[in-house]
Amino acid sequence: MPLWEVFIRPRTGLNHKHVGSLHAADAQMAVQAARDVYTRREEGNSIWVVRAEQIVASDPDLAAENFDPAGDKVYRHPSFYDIPDEVGHM
Amino acid sequence: MAAIESQALVASVVQLADDHLILGHRLSEWCGHAPMLEEDLSMPNMALDLIGQARNLYSYAAELEGNNRSEDDLAYLRTDREYRNCLLVERPNTDFAHAMLRQLYFAAFMQPYWQAVLDGKDSVLRGVAGKAIKEVGYHIRHAGEWVVRLGDGTDESARRMNAAVDALHPYTEELFVVDADRQYCIDNNVLPDPQSVRTLWQDTINAVFSQALIEVPEVTYPLVGGREGRHTEDFGFLLADLQYMQRTYPGAQW
Amino acid sequence: MYSQGLIGADTQTHETPEFLEAFQAKIDSEQKIEANDPMPQAYRNTLIRMISQHAHSEIVGMLPEGNWITRAPTLRRKVALLAKVQDEGGHGLYLYSAAETLGVSREQLTDELLSGKAKYSSIFNYPTPTWADIGAIGWLVDGAAIMNQVPLCRCSYGPYARAMIRVCKEESFHQRQGYELITSLMQGNDQQQAMAQDALNRWWWPSLMMFGPSDTDSQHSDQSMAWKIKRFTNDELRQKFVDATVPQAELIGLTLPDPDLRWNDTKNGEGGYDFGEIDWDEFWRVVKGHGMMNKDRLAARRKAHADGAWVREAALAHAARHATPDVALAS
Repeated sequence: MPLWEVFIRPRTGLNHKHVGSLHAADAQMAVQAARDVYTRREEGNSIWVVRAEQIVASDPDLAAENFDPAGDKVYRHPSFYDIPDEVGHM
Repeated sequence: MAAIESQALVASVVQLADDHLILGHRLSEWCGHAPMLEEDLSMPNMALDLIGQARNLYSYAAELEGNNRSEDDLAYLRTDREYRNCLLVERPNTDFAHAMLRQLYFAAFMQPYWQAVLDGKDSVLRGVAGKAIKEVGYHIRHAGEWVVRLGDGTDESARRMNAAVDALHPYTEELFVVDADRQYCIDNNVLPDPQSVRTLWQDTINAVFSQALIEVPEVTYPLVGGREGRHTEDFGFLLADLQYMQRTYPGAQW
Repeated sequence: MYSQGLIGADTQTHETPEFLEAFQAKIDSEQKIEANDPMPQAYRNTLIRMISQHAHSEIVGMLPEGNWITRAPTLRRKVALLAKVQDEGGHGLYLYSAAETLGVSREQLTDELLSGKAKYSSIFNYPTPTWADIGAIGWLVDGAAIMNQVPLCRCSYGPYARAMIRVCKEESFHQRQGYELITSLMQGNDQQQAMAQDALNRWWWPSLMMFGPSDTDSQHSDQSMAWKIKRFTNDELRQKFVDATVPQAELIGLTLPDPDLRWNDTKNGEGGYDFGEIDWDEFWRVVKGHGMMNKDRLAARRKAHADGAWVREAALAHAARHATPDVALAS
């Protein structure tokens, strides 16, 4: 029985968020199962299901290469720039 | 409300409540024994909807009756002849095909019926209907998807699905039976006539069956009796379970 | 509902000292380990064993309480119990999901349960002959489970920790449900009070056993603690449970079935209850399959699985015939 990853949107205006997985024979039954398993307490108003094998993940061994280089790009953040205090919030 | 009308409404509301309680009971028997874990969550969800609807209806009937009876007095402390559920909902689980088909038959009837209740003049029943319509709409979809998959699945599942249709279809006619109390409510625009939703019920069943590759059978000899309190043999055992605590410890609070 | 103190984990490791040191450093800095991250094989094995035992416990745990759904004495109690047993199925599902991130499949885990190879919490091998047992399970068994599960929300393995957060949030009503039920029995007639006391007498000691073997006899605690899979030892959690539960029993007029139970002002520096010796022979006997309900529990799970086989096959056959092109590509 195929494995599906489940994503729920807690309320309108927010992104769908991964909440777990389940097994179902097809997409339709996966959505229904997700409704019954993951929204019993008003956890959301929209469901996505994706076949687990369809998800492509970055390699954890390459995490340093992928993500560390962003660490020293301080000029991407507003606090890098000095402006006169009198300007107030910008 | 005149006394006679009130009595007719109480009887009709209890009848509806009985349908929901007994079907909820049958579904709840599956909890922990479903064909897959995901379904162990789906079936109790439907059972909780049904028992919740039954509670609303019993509470309303008890209030109308004005005899200081509670929802539990009505649910637990009547004799077999006093339960007026249709026979369909008390039929034993047998297998998953029976359970899903029974659910579909009932939900496909209740959804348009609740819809019609919204046009009636009883505001409490309109409130119950407003909530129940959404719940039962999901029951049609869930049970319907399963009926399609089992009817059009493997040879074995098709055989079981067709056996379930043979066994249960004769009980569907009772959904449309009207007794004197219900007729009184219909005449006074408190409850709709079940006959008025027959076409909608048939359309839902036809649509699902056509996808499930199942023939809709002709019923020559409908099986009825529950609306008059005449039940199948299985019903006594259901009541023995349901009423065990209330009968063993009369008057105790739980 | 609950994971028992771990039984029989494989704690052999084969990695280089450098690898293990780096892994330990990551753990020590309170970083979570995620599904694809490198991890020692023993860490993986311990988690698979622990999460699957926990999942199996939830699934088998549906049976003793499910036994009373159709006989619940009021509609209010019935919906609460049905929702609770359903939650346990959900918790089993979340936990199987977490275990599956470690490279085992639901099918494998199910097979291990049905073959009798996998362990689950021994508490569920005791029967529920009376309605009061539903109260005792909610109050004591879920109470013990919560003691154990709250620290697991901080487990170093991310998917397990997240599953536990969801479980704990949902389970907050379970213990209250049980305690309220028992309380209502204690406010009832003599028969009801006797029923409640009898249930406590039968469930108290098995509840204490739920925390697993004593620390002096538990081989796996040290490594699991170092890896921050577990945050407290079996005995620490057991003591917390006793200290929390004794006043709850006294408040509603129940007597705990332990003549050696008494408050000790100086226990562990801050006071706590001394309690009698747990019958570990009984614990191991039940763990090894010789409790009153072991065979019935497995038989019920096997029957549900076997009876459902044709349904699962039908769903797969239907899906294969009606797959959309995209989904077909994926499979």
